[in-house]
Amino acid sequence: MMQSGTSRGKPDDEKVFLRRVRPEDWTNPAPRKAYDLAIVGAGPAGLAAAKSAAQFGFSVALIERYRMGGNSLNVGSVPSKAIIRTARVCDTMRDAEDFGAPVPNGPALEFCKVMARMRQIRTRISEYYSVHELAALGVDIFFGTARFESADMLCVCDVRVRFRKALVATGARPRTPDIPGLDQTAYRTSSTIFEMAALPKRLAVIGGGPLGCELAQAFCRLGSHVTIVQNDPKFLPREERDAAEILSRSMARDGVEIRLNTTVVGARRENGAKILRTVNNAVACDIQADEILLSVGRVPNVEVLDLQAAAIEFDTDQGIKVDDFLRSTNPNVYAAGDVCLSLKFTNAAQFSARMAVQNALMQAQQRQSSSVIPWCTYCDPEIAHIGMHVWEARQQSIPIKSFTVMMHDVDRSITDGQDIGFVKIHIAEGSDRILGATIVASRASELINEMAVIMSAGIGMKALAAVAHTYPAQSEAIMLAAQAYKREFDKTGEEAAAPATSGEAVDEKSGRGWP
Amino acid sequence: MGNLARLTDEALTDRLQRAAFSYLIDYANADTGLVADTSRHGSPCSIAVVGFALSSYPIAVTNGWLSRADAATRTLKVLRFFMRSTQSDATTATGYKGFYYHFLDMQTGKRVWQCELSLIDTALLIAGVLVAGCYFDGDGEREIRELANALYRRVDWRWAQNGTPRVSQGWKPECGFLHYGWEGYNEAALLYVLGLGSPTFPLTQSGYATWELTYQWENLLGRDVLYSGPLFTHLFSHAWIDFRGIRDAFMHEKASDYFENTQSAIAIHREYGGRNPYGFKAYSRDFWGVTAGDGPSNEEIRENGRDRRFFGYMARGVPYGPDDGTIAPWAMLATLPFAADAALEGTRHLLDVYPQVCYQDRFSSGFNPTLVSNAGGGWLSRGWYGLDQGLLVMMIENYRTGFIWEITRRCSYVRDGLKRAGFEGGWL
Repeated sequence: MMQSGTSRGKPDDEKVFLRRVRPEDWTNPAPRKAYDLAIVGAGPAGLAAAKSAAQFGFSVALIERYRMGGNSLNVGSVPSKAIIRTARVCDTMRDAEDFGAPVPNGPALEFCKVMARMRQIRTRISEYYSVHELAALGVDIFFGTARFESADMLCVCDVRVRFRKALVATGARPRTPDIPGLDQTAYRTSSTIFEMAALPKRLAVIGGGPLGCELAQAFCRLGSHVTIVQNDPKFLPREERDAAEILSRSMARDGVEIRLNTTVVGARRENGAKILRTVNNAVACDIQADEILLSVGRVPNVEVLDLQAAAIEFDTDQGIKVDDFLRSTNPNVYAAGDVCLSLKFTNAAQFSARMAVQNALMQAQQRQSSSVIPWCTYCDPEIAHIGMHVWEARQQSIPIKSFTVMMHDVDRSITDGQDIGFVKIHIAEGSDRILGATIVASRASELINEMAVIMSAGIGMKALAAVAHTYPAQSEAIMLAAQAYKREFDKTGEEAAAPATSGEAVDEKSGRGWP
Repeated sequence: MGNLARLTDEALTDRLQRAAFSYLIDYANADTGLVADTSRHGSPCSIAVVGFALSSYPIAVTNGWLSRADAATRTLKVLRFFMRSTQSDATTATGYKGFYYHFLDMQTGKRVWQCELSLIDTALLIAGVLVAGCYFDGDGEREIRELANALYRRVDWRWAQNGTPRVSQGWKPECGFLHYGWEGYNEAALLYVLGLGSPTFPLTQSGYATWELTYQWENLLGRDVLYSGPLFTHLFSHAWIDFRGIRDAFMHEKASDYFENTQSAIAIHREYGGRNPYGFKAYSRDFWGVTAGDGPSNEEIRENGRDRRFFGYMARGVPYGPDDGTIAPWAMLATLPFAADAALEGTRHLLDVYPQVCYQDRFSSGFNPTLVSNAGGGWLSRGWYGLDQGLLVMMIENYRTGFIWEITRRCSYVRDGLKRAGFEGGWL
């Protein structure tokens, strides 16, 4: 791919961005005598909690060490999706000839414009996370490093902040494995990868989790020669095998060099190159790169909080120990987001934060075990999941059956040229109760939200089969899966053993007149 | 197809079975009895192919292709070889802990290619050893029985669990157990049954239950199936074990059995062939058989808006893939015991349209008509693979007489293994 141009984004973008997320001239307010809720960390969880509590009229102190928005806005979901969008454009342009619209010379990449676009987007979105937005809601914002001084007191920049309830939402940071020599390679993590000024010719990615896979594929599509090294025999260990294998083949199609079941045992610099020493089944190999991206998971930010002073138990690997109500071992302190959840996704952080606020301030008894949170890995195709996995159901001795529709049997997927993947809806066998769903599709992140609504509303497969969908639409796959259930149900005549779902009622209320 | 087309179904299958069997004779080493993985020059032995060969010698006797004495001599030779071969953690040993390396030097029997100590391939070998031990029941055949018994009893299945409920896929002296475990239903059913049946070093029963936790019961292309993508995974265990009417806890829950499940899998493969979602050339309800086998490899083209990436020897599967338009020409015929009409109609269609897939009456390992070679007519794997030939010999025999199934039904180790896995009912 060609690289050209020196154009930069609007020079004001970064200034506007910083003014929103960390104003230089910010002065911390004088603290109130006590706050209803003190929140440590202004990432997705902290911000969601602050807005929620403030909107209910509670006094809120929000303490942030670095910038508003946390990883998600600064170095996570937002910038990565901006880059992935450009990568998809490049991919579409390469395949454009197949759609009868050839791009004669292929895509010409201007990397600085790619990054400028990313910064513009980040700035635009930051408006909703800005200090001014929060301050307008009456939230007191403190910049500085917080630590607990006692069970009901925090300290930030030598200022004491007393609280009735507190929420720890300090998030997590990239895990750094102990690889000899890695420190000498100036490797990058998710925190620094978006600071690159030029597209690396060769990029080595260590780790095949969601972020590693997303960025490996994206940078490959932008034009880097990417090698991804994964310790496990498959990518995305949290996902089912079929999904992970489809992703693996998709990345290979893009040109990503895949090294599964391979361990990085050393790193060094040699003649200007960064070299990873890897071992696969006792066979050693070197990978040369210009940049190394380390993406081997995240560890919770708990160390500097002096949690012991507030009798809050934690684990440096698992984070703050919370009960089903997100309450820590200090009954007045809750936690939300990456600092305590195994599911380290922005939406999970926000959801848990709102739940924690309800439980902490409004005597609610919301359980995280009963929440249904979808998640997605934004590769192409995307891989999304909600609810139970098959193996989880089987471990709990729940008879489970999956109704699968291949995307290549969905008309809209065919017309879009996006027919790789599937929709699987997992049901409790003997009923039409939906336990979970896995979707691999170009826009699985959107499709899975229909499943979230369905599951939250308690709609079962029978009712779902009767819900009209637009035609053609990729979401038709969901309806087709339900119709497969319905056909089988009609054929066998088996009445649901536990008809927990009663979506018909929803239809009756809506009074839809579709045929 | 030539004169094959004129043959009756029975004559056709007889002829193809005999030709497949002749591979196991033609490519056996005269000194060790080991059988080559492929017909290609310099091919090492695959221990799995030896397992198929040991199971096929009795078939040859019943069909009059070998005398019983000849079959016994061939069997004894290979059993003696394994019994006397080096069992140690040395990098060039033949085996360790009663297991064997996947590929062995045909002459010396030493490990080649730094390959893994293979659990599944050992299981396929040992299944053949047990067939031999059960079949050769004459007074003069005692040594066969003793060796078969000894070889089975010295396999340390428990060691392969490495202190966990899971069974590893293999081990290497250079790095220990492989990371890969058994995930999802597949050909490992045979491995678990043989491992559980051992009176000396059995797998723990929790191992089988742990494996079953990874099963996926799916409604796919309109049929319920215990999913596994590659067709061979629904066939290999069935070459030895008659799963008709016997059920473990999982199949009891699903009111099915593994034989019926293979029938469902075959129907899905046919349906997939008919739908041909990726527009591969020739796919139809009479052109299917996406499974493990040789492939074109290292080829990549883009055609009519489709990526056409081709793979070498690998396990291809349906419907999740990988599928590059390559089928195994032998696979349809190997489904005879489960879906005779589909197997014969597909095989006849294949032989009619693409007769080149069956050279000297033996099917090649892989065929891809989408990738047109310089010579035209699609890409075709060179020579033959022993696994394909051995499986065909056994499946055709099971279809016609149930001969191997009858033998293993009498094998106490197999029966014990099935019972410990929770199987009951039917002939058990």
